[in-house]
Amino acid sequence: MSIRGGNFIDELRSTENSRIGLYALLLAGIAFYLFPVETAVMTMFKTESAFARTLPFAPPGTDGFTLEALSTAWNTLRPGLINSLLMAIPATIMSALLGSLTAYGLTTISWRGQVGVVVLIIAGIFIPYQAVLVPLAQFWFQVFPGLVEGFVNTLFGFITGGSWQYPSRNGYVQLLQLSVTHAAYGIPICTLLFRSYYQSISEEMIEAARLDGASAFSIYRNIILPLSLPMFAVTLIYQFTQVYNDLLFALVLINEPASQVATQRLAALTGGVVQSFNTTMAGAIVAALPTLLVYIVFGEQFAKGVAGE
Amino acid sequence: MREILSRLLATGGRLRSAVSRDESDGDQLATDGGATVKTTRGDSLRNSLPVEWELVESAPFWLPPVLFAGFFVYGAIAWNFLLSLTDYNGLGGAQYETFDLSMYSRMLNDGAFWQAAQNTVVLLVVFTVLCLALGLFVAILIDQQIRFENTFRTIYLLPMSLSFVVTATMWAWVYNARNGVLNQLLRVFNLEGAIVGLLRPAGVNAEVIQWLSWNTTALAAVIFALIWQFSGYAMVVFLAGLRAIPTEHYEAARVDGASTVRMYARVIIPQLRASAVSASVVLMVFALKAFDFIYALRGSQPGANMDILATMMYRVAFDSLQWAYGSAVAIVLFALALLVIGPYLYSEYRRGEL
Repeated sequence: MSIRGGNFIDELRSTENSRIGLYALLLAGIAFYLFPVETAVMTMFKTESAFARTLPFAPPGTDGFTLEALSTAWNTLRPGLINSLLMAIPATIMSALLGSLTAYGLTTISWRGQVGVVVLIIAGIFIPYQAVLVPLAQFWFQVFPGLVEGFVNTLFGFITGGSWQYPSRNGYVQLLQLSVTHAAYGIPICTLLFRSYYQSISEEMIEAARLDGASAFSIYRNIILPLSLPMFAVTLIYQFTQVYNDLLFALVLINEPASQVATQRLAALTGGVVQSFNTTMAGAIVAALPTLLVYIVFGEQFAKGVAGE
Repeated sequence: MREILSRLLATGGRLRSAVSRDESDGDQLATDGGATVKTTRGDSLRNSLPVEWELVESAPFWLPPVLFAGFFVYGAIAWNFLLSLTDYNGLGGAQYETFDLSMYSRMLNDGAFWQAAQNTVVLLVVFTVLCLALGLFVAILIDQQIRFENTFRTIYLLPMSLSFVVTATMWAWVYNARNGVLNQLLRVFNLEGAIVGLLRPAGVNAEVIQWLSWNTTALAAVIFALIWQFSGYAMVVFLAGLRAIPTEHYEAARVDGASTVRMYARVIIPQLRASAVSASVVLMVFALKAFDFIYALRGSQPGANMDILATMMYRVAFDSLQWAYGSAVAIVLFALALLVIGPYLYSEYRRGEL
């Protein structure tokens, strides 16, 4: 038993009650961290009259309980939820896989100057996204369609002997662009997470495989990849939360209402002219559901990702 | 798969002697080549192989992703810098004729810019300091070998799993002037009227407390909500730091007769410097990126009292379509971020952590 336990509060209280103060503080902490969530949940179930009658964090009472706000919010946000998942899941998988490959290339095989590359990658985690926003919009809306059109016209022109019309942009192309963007900006943090993990993998094993004539790819495929499955869990969970929660890139890259993601729809619901707090709170809970579920099921892994372990 | 692994483990042990025999040669080679990078593991075998071979072999793994991310990160920043030297307005084809600093001189004379810059710095400093303090306090509480530790930790970290938009939606109601959670709570204790009454001589003419509209409270309200969301992160980092401190240090302080407060102040907390540095860097980055939160709280027109550089950049570039001016604001924000992360990355590099 270590000496740490219980000493902090000992001097605040008499010895018998020493832990009571500690637990009181910890419970106050729970109240502090949960009260907005609790209030949102309570408000979500209230009718307009119960809303006016009761305190925000009080339960609705038997006559004031309704699921109306929840169903309104669900119907408003559902298309956004689907778009968010369509966009976030591929982005998450892509950035985790590319991060793992990068970390492998920069850890288990070493060459001079790799620290420089690592510094550049890690610095990429910390850039404020505002610094890339305008070029990003320009790239996806002006340069990239031009590049694709030029390429497709040349290719199809060569095949068909005439010009070929590049189809107009639509919402799903924008979702794909958003997904690719998130994948690119997720690579630095994924690389960092995998790199610290790969540094702890036994060196002898890889050297031995190399002397046996295994190629770098087969070492990755047969040794590194199976070993890094736990780290994939951490990275996927952390990265999914980040991508799903983003609003900024979606605001800039998605302008068709049909392809808006959940955070965009919730922001529109909150900033709307007619503001009924029952519906906006229900919207907040519905929009939070995917990451809340991930957090409740994989809380430990999420914490590991957050702490960068 | 399993066969390969076990075979490799077996050969690994057999080859270790051969590998260590090469060590002296390897070191020799490294110094001959004037290598400045010191690899900590597997130097022996690596250095016996030509460097070019290492590079060629590893490049297919790291180069494509690095180019992909590098284009979006560094390519875009360079592009952004070029745009900030033009007067491009986002419409029509690019007009890159003027290359001057006119956008930057305009910025220096823009009151809205200075207000946003001031708010950004205040947010950065106050948020980070308070978040670290609260996170440290909670981490020490949790480190007292309590029961249900996992439950407490999970709940304290929960806000961080929510998006800025979700938390902004919740806090918009907490701070709502007419019947928001906070004002209703104050009303229960008859405090709201008292506070408004106190402010009346100061020229405030309102029936209720307008947390998000008043200049004195708007930024504080944002900071408080951000602390709610991210102090759990500081807690996790400090807890990891606390758990890394050997128990003997606690015991030694005890034997010396130090009180608990003294033990933490003199012995334990000074050892958490590395945790504090890495947590504060990440928290500052969160603060610089707090765009999503303020946007969802007040729309893209937050008003001067809670406008930060991130929201100003978006407003200027995407609402007013002054892309060049927005890019210039973005460059200032980027420079601010470099001021935070540059020294951090350098010190990590010096400590051999990278």
